[in-house]
Formats: sequence, structure tokens, C-alpha cells
Amino acid sequence: MNYSIIRYILCRVLAFEGTFLLVPAFVALCYGEADGFIYLGLAIVCFAIGGVGRKTKPKKTNFFAKEGFVSVSLSWIILSLVGALPFFFTGAIPNYLDALFESVSGFSTTGATVLTDVEVLSRCNLFWRSFTHWMGGMGVLVLMAAILPLAGSHNIHLMKAESAGPSVGKLVPKVGQTARILYGIYTGMTVFLILLLLLSGMHIFDAVAIGVGTAGTGGFGLLNSSAASYSVASQIIMTIFMLLFGINFNVYFKFFAGKTKEALFHEEMRYFLIIVLAAIGLITWNTWGYFDDFVTTIQQVSFQVASIITTAGYSTTDYGLWPSFSQGILFVLMLIGACAGSTSGGIKVSRIIIMLKMIKNEVSYLIHPERVRQIRMERHILPKEVWRGVQVFLLAYLAIYLLSFLIISLDGFDFTTNFSAVAACLNNVGPGLGKVGPSGNFSIYGSLSKCVLIFDMLAGRLEIFPILVLLAPYTWKKGR
Amino acid sequence: MQIVIAGCGTVGGTLTEQLSREGHDITVIDSNAKNLERVVNLYDVMGVVGNAASSQVQKEAGIEDAALMIAVTTSDELNLLCCLIAKKVGHCRTVARVRNYTYNDDVEFIKAEMGLSMIINPAQSTALELSRLLKYPSAIKVDTFAKGKVELLQSKIMRGSPLCDGLIREILLKLHVDVLICAVERGGEVYIPDGNFILKEGDVIFIVGAPEKANDFFRKIGMNMNQIRCAMIVGGGETPYYLAKQLLSMKIDVTIIERDKKRCNELSELLPKALIICGDGTGKDLLQSEGLDYTQAFVSWLNIDEENVMLSLFVRRQTQAKLITKIHRVAYKDIISSMDIGSVFYPQNVTADYISQYIRAMQNTAGSNIETLYHLIDDKVEAMEFHIHKQSTVVGVPLMELRLKKNVLICVIKRGKRVITPGGQDMIKIGDRVVVVTTNEGFSDITDILE
Repeated sequence: MNYSIIRYILCRVLAFEGTFLLVPAFVALCYGEADGFIYLGLAIVCFAIGGVGRKTKPKKTNFFAKEGFVSVSLSWIILSLVGALPFFFTGAIPNYLDALFESVSGFSTTGATVLTDVEVLSRCNLFWRSFTHWMGGMGVLVLMAAILPLAGSHNIHLMKAESAGPSVGKLVPKVGQTARILYGIYTGMTVFLILLLLLSGMHIFDAVAIGVGTAGTGGFGLLNSSAASYSVASQIIMTIFMLLFGINFNVYFKFFAGKTKEALFHEEMRYFLIIVLAAIGLITWNTWGYFDDFVTTIQQVSFQVASIITTAGYSTTDYGLWPSFSQGILFVLMLIGACAGSTSGGIKVSRIIIMLKMIKNEVSYLIHPERVRQIRMERHILPKEVWRGVQVFLLAYLAIYLLSFLIISLDGFDFTTNFSAVAACLNNVGPGLGKVGPSGNFSIYGSLSKCVLIFDMLAGRLEIFPILVLLAPYTWKKGR
Repeated sequence: MQIVIAGCGTVGGTLTEQLSREGHDITVIDSNAKNLERVVNLYDVMGVVGNAASSQVQKEAGIEDAALMIAVTTSDELNLLCCLIAKKVGHCRTVARVRNYTYNDDVEFIKAEMGLSMIINPAQSTALELSRLLKYPSAIKVDTFAKGKVELLQSKIMRGSPLCDGLIREILLKLHVDVLICAVERGGEVYIPDGNFILKEGDVIFIVGAPEKANDFFRKIGMNMNQIRCAMIVGGGETPYYLAKQLLSMKIDVTIIERDKKRCNELSELLPKALIICGDGTGKDLLQSEGLDYTQAFVSWLNIDEENVMLSLFVRRQTQAKLITKIHRVAYKDIISSMDIGSVFYPQNVTADYISQYIRAMQNTAGSNIETLYHLIDDKVEAMEFHIHKQSTVVGVPLMELRLKKNVLICVIKRGKRVITPGGQDMIKIGDRVVVVTTNEGFSDITDILE
């Protein structure tokens, strides 16, 4: 393995994080908070280490799938480790493991918190929490690929390892260009969202922080009541934008490229919207009478549904009080997640579609054993490797899910809490059900469980395999 | 000796050449008249056209008087049938080539039941030789005497080696090593060096000694003696399969790159521990992504010579890994040997060498007492092992008092378990095994070394 280029990439990632750390420092400057110096100091340290690393160019520029996986997973671990330091040093979270949980939760766009009272945090800490969502949403290495000629033409390996979905493709021939387009759409939509939130009467700090958090489909709130105290208009805007950020970015690219028809007929998007509408309909019917009137019901239900299916995790009401059928639907939505190629987590709608098609295929094979049949997705025939990828992903997902569930059950909480806590972390949702529902948080768990959940969040964000590659002894064998 | 060879493909041809030069009477049987004519024209042998498994054809080839039948046609089953019939018609010994690995487990059974003297699987024996070579990363070629207790290693002197530019006597004394440099090749010329010989950069030296001593020698001259831990093989034929099996049993990680998907599936069934990659092994990117830069040994074993050469030249540029290249066409040996592509293997030579070794052992019982014989440096040098059975003029006399022929060197005496690098005071005793290196030809007894 080419260690020198991995070291080089990690140093660049650090330098990048240094740049990002300047943003909360700037926030601190605006609000006159002393915590800003810690951010500034950390930024300088990151620049220094990153700068030194950048000076020594890698000996070889070989960069292949293995290096891609390893550098992406390591980058995320380093990002999280460093991202936790401000919380720790400012004393906002006195325990480093808790700080790490918060930071991983931020970068993986989970939004699960160990804090009982977030309102006591300084503004810059609050902003850093939300801002990590934005970086994690589209991916830091994709951003680097957009700006730097990092690993030459081999950047695709980085992007494949970091981006979500069963098959990662390029929009345009060049990886750098693809990454720039993705980030262009992402930034544009974020800015637009912030402007709309401002117009809806939100305070500027809240608008920016909630804006970046929503864009990354993260879910860290600024208030203990999450998003409940914002105006109805703001909530509706958030609902719409959460759904928009949950749609495959290819759709927007096609839309801007003038292929409106193709964009509208995007298969995954249509299934995604059908699921959303069905869920809203069913829950509205089931929760009839919980809210004052029909309009409020629709508005509240669609906010929760959008928030859960896009794995953002904001809440405007405690759905833990809803009937169990509604909670069941929300749980299923947690697992499904939104579209591939978006900023959300979960299994992804496209994998669910492929899985259903495979089941249909298998049934048909049983009836006509000699039948030859292909699975199509987005009107293209799906290669066998993608089938296999989806199957193995689901198995690995299930295995990690059950194992994590078993380990955290040691802490002795009830079944619903444990089962949904793993779902909430592995799918990057944030709040679960029971004690970790919208009104609770993850501080109840012990250190071992927190470590497991940290692993789940990272594994969920990177779609399991990059992390497994990192853990496999095979990866580190000499001479391979 | 009267020998019948069935089949004159590459191996049959090489064998015919070697054996006829050693003075045997050869008759070749082949169904292809054109091929046969080529061989008959080239060497001083007789040819019979026809199916080698037919008793009529065999009789025509003189099987009744022959001492040996060697069946090396393309078909395993035909080879076995040939031998069976030859055994019944004549009273000769028989050697068959069997390539199909599914017969591997049955080799002993077939040999016993059909009365064959030897079954040779070229791929397997080549692989054995390759794995021996990979054991010594610094050696170009390794041969063994006395059932592996004495090794003959070939190595090239690199720039800055402590062997450069000094008297052999002084260097060996300074290094405290117990091995013997028995031959030196320099620019196509061969020398049997004495103590006053001066080695130069680029020389190919031949070293004889016990394996651990040879190991010690290589370490002292600063060559890498660590056993390799991983190897990459391009091409997934039979030989790579056996080689991978050998290497895996030596706890060496193996990567095999093969183009054909079907063959890849077969290999992954046969070698569950190896890393089988389906792809074009000549692709630079594929090789690098599979860790070319970090591998410690590389074997180019594709079917096309040109591809192997290109591949090896490229690999040599990328890494310092131990490199092995397979070449089929012996005709361009001169050009090939001038290229830096590591150890070059001619598979047909390996098979032919194996068979001729067997023939020498046969002769041994009938007069000559050479146990093993190797041809080195394009047959310019012979290294042979004698087993001393009886009293003769060389026994019991200090070596310095023997009047040896020119260009004869007694390299090693193996007495019991001891391997002796002989000095002037040592003498040969009955029961010893003696390795002699010479540029003279036609030795058949230990006494031939004397004037």
C-alpha cells in the first residue's frame, strides 16, 4: 500500500479542517465569545501540521481502490477526532469520549447528542456542531477533489469510497468537475435555504446554523425543543428543503443541464416521493385527533416524516407520544433513508428498489427455472456486481445492526430504546424511539455503548465497507 | 543406448538433441511427417512416421532392442498407452509425460500397475525448480546434488559487491565462508577459477556448498537472503498453479493474475488461499493496484514470449523484486541473456533435463557412475556427482598429489552427513559423494578426471 500518499492526503484533510475551524472562530468574533480563541488556536495547529505534511510530496503517486478506502476512512476518523477537540477544550463537553460522540454525530450527519441542555453552549460551539453536518453531508474528500488536483485521475477512488449509493458514477468526464458541480448545487441550495429561512422571520444565527444543518440532513438543534419553537413558515421551508436534500443530486444536475424530462422521471426520486406521500397519508390517518386541526396535522406529520426519512432528525413534536403504528412507520422510514447520491443516510431507496426487484426476479426463477432476465434501474440494465453489492451491503448492515444491538443491550435499557438507538446511529438519523426519542438523548449510555454507536455512525455514513476495509487485516498485509 | 522417443514437439525435440549429442542411438516416432523430417534433418537420428501406440510402428522403430521408451506426445493417455505397449512388445524401461493434474493422485498407482519407470509432469517439476529459486532471492538458478544436501547456485556480481576486483583466495579467506566458486562466466567465456582469479562486476559465478553455508555466503556478500513473503504470478497456467501451491505451503502469499475468467474460477477452487485476479496481467494499472511496487517476487509466465519479456522489463524498472521470466523460444537465447529480466526459464529444458538425469542414472547401473549431471552456461560446463563405490586410483590419495586434467575442479566431498569443501590435504574415500566441475565432456567415471 502506498502509505506516503495516504499521509499526504490526511495532512491535506487536516489543513482543510483548519480552514473550517476558522468559521466558528469568526462567529465567536461576531458575538464576542472567548471560545473563539480555542478554535483559532486549533486552526493554526491544523494548518501547521497540514502545511508540514504538504511540503513533503508523496514518493509515489499510485492511488487505487485500496488507498481510496483507507484514506477516506482514516480521514473521517481524523476529522472526527480533531472536530471533538473544541468541545473538549472549551469545556462544553468535559468528557473527551462524549465530545467525540458529538463530533462523529456531527460529521456523519446523524444529529444524535449526548447533551441534555444545548442552550447553554456558546454560539461558536453551537455553530460548529451544525457546520460539521454541512461538511459531512456531501463529504470532505469530495470537496477536496473539487478544489485540489489531489490524486490526479485516481480521485474517483476517493469519491467512490465517500459517496453514498449502490453505484457511484460521474456526472461529467472529469472527477474534479463532477465534484465542483455537486458542491455548486449543494452550496447554491444551502444559500437559497438560508435566505428563505431569514425571510420567514428566523434570527440570522439560527437561519445560518439551521440552514447548514438541514442541507447536510444533520439534525443538531440550537434549542432544547429542536425546531418546535420556530414559526410555521420556517418549519414548512425546512420540510421542503429536507426532502430536496434527500433527493439524488443527479436529478438537479439533469434539471440544470436542461434535461427536465429525464429529471422528472428519475426512478429513485419517484419511489422516494411515493414513500413520503404514503407515509404522510398513513400517519395523518392514524394520528387523527392528536392535533387541533387537519392543516396542523398535515404540517406536523410531514415535518416528522421528512425529517426521519431524510435522516435529518429535527423534530417539532414528540412523536414518541404517537400511536405505535405511526411510530412503526417512522422506524421503517429510518431504515429506508432517502436517495443515493444525496446527503442523507440509511439503506437508501435505490437499494430497497433493487432488493424488491431481486425478490421479484427470484420468484420468477422459481416458476420458470430457465428464465433469463435482467434487472433494470433508471432504464439501464443493472450489472451483476451491483446486485451482489446490494445483497452483501444488506447482510453486512444486518450483521452490524444486530451485533451493536447486542452490545448496547448490556446497559440494561428497554428493547425499543436499544433497537431504535442502533437504527438512529447506523442510519444517521439522530433521535430514535423510547428513551432516545426526540425528548431524550444518548447521554444515558455507558462508554462501551458510546464507542459502539460511534462506530455505527461512521460505518453508516461511509456505507460500512470503507470502515470494514480499514479493519480487515488483509488490507495491512505487506506486499499487497 | 538405444532409445525410442514418441512425439517430437518442443520437449521431444530438445530431448532428441541432448541425448543424441550424448551419444545415444535415437529413434523418433511422430504422426506428423513434416515435424519428424525437421528433427531427423537437424540431428543424427532415425524417424518413423505413425501412431506411436501401435505395436507395428513401435517394432519398426526397434522397440525390441531398445533400452528405453520416452513418450512425450501431446496426449497423456496416448503416452501411457505407448509405454504400456512398449513394455509388452519390448523389454525396455518406460518414461511417460502426464500433464493433466487430475491424474496427480494416481501417479504412484499408475506407475506400479503399468510398470512404468517414471512419470513426469513438466509443470510440476518446473514449479518445484521455480520455488527452489524463489527461496534464494539472490540466486539466478539453483541445482541440487546429493538429494538436496549440496546446492549449486548461480548468481550475478552486482556493482559494489565485496567480491569485485580481488583475488578469490583472499576474498573467501576474509569473509570466512566455506563455499567454493567453481565456475565463472564473463562475456560468454567460461573460466574454472583458481585462487588467483580476479572477479569483476557483471560476472556470473557458480557456487557449490551446503545450503546453510551458501546462505551464509550470500548474506556476507551483502545480498538479500530473507525469504520472500509474497509473490505475484502473471499467467494462470499449470506451472503457476503448482508453483502457487508450493509457495503457499511455504507460507508465502501468492497473487495470480489471469485473463480467462473460467480459468480464474478453476484456480480459485484449487487454491482457496491464493489471491486470484481476473484481468490483463500486462496492464500497468492493474499490476500496480494489486501491489506490484511492494511485491518481493514476480513471475512472468504468460504464453507469449514477447509479453513476458516486456512485462519483466517493466517490472525490473518498478521494483527490485526477484524476477523470473518464462521463454519458449530457445533460438534467441543470446539476445535474451543480454537483457535484465531476472532468471530466465525454458520450460522444455526443465523436462528434458529431468529425463536425461534419469537416463544417466540408468547408465550408472550399466557402467558409468555419474549420479547427477548438470549442464551449465549453454552446455559449456558440466557439473557432475560421482558416488565412489570401489577402490580406484583417486581413492586414498591427497588431492594435491592427484594429476588432474586441465579445467577440472573437485568442488565438494560429501562424507556421511558432512559436506567438505576440499583442500589439498583432503582425500576421497570409499562411500563419498564427489561433485566435480569441468569444461571437458564425456566423463563417465571418477577416474576420468586424471590425466
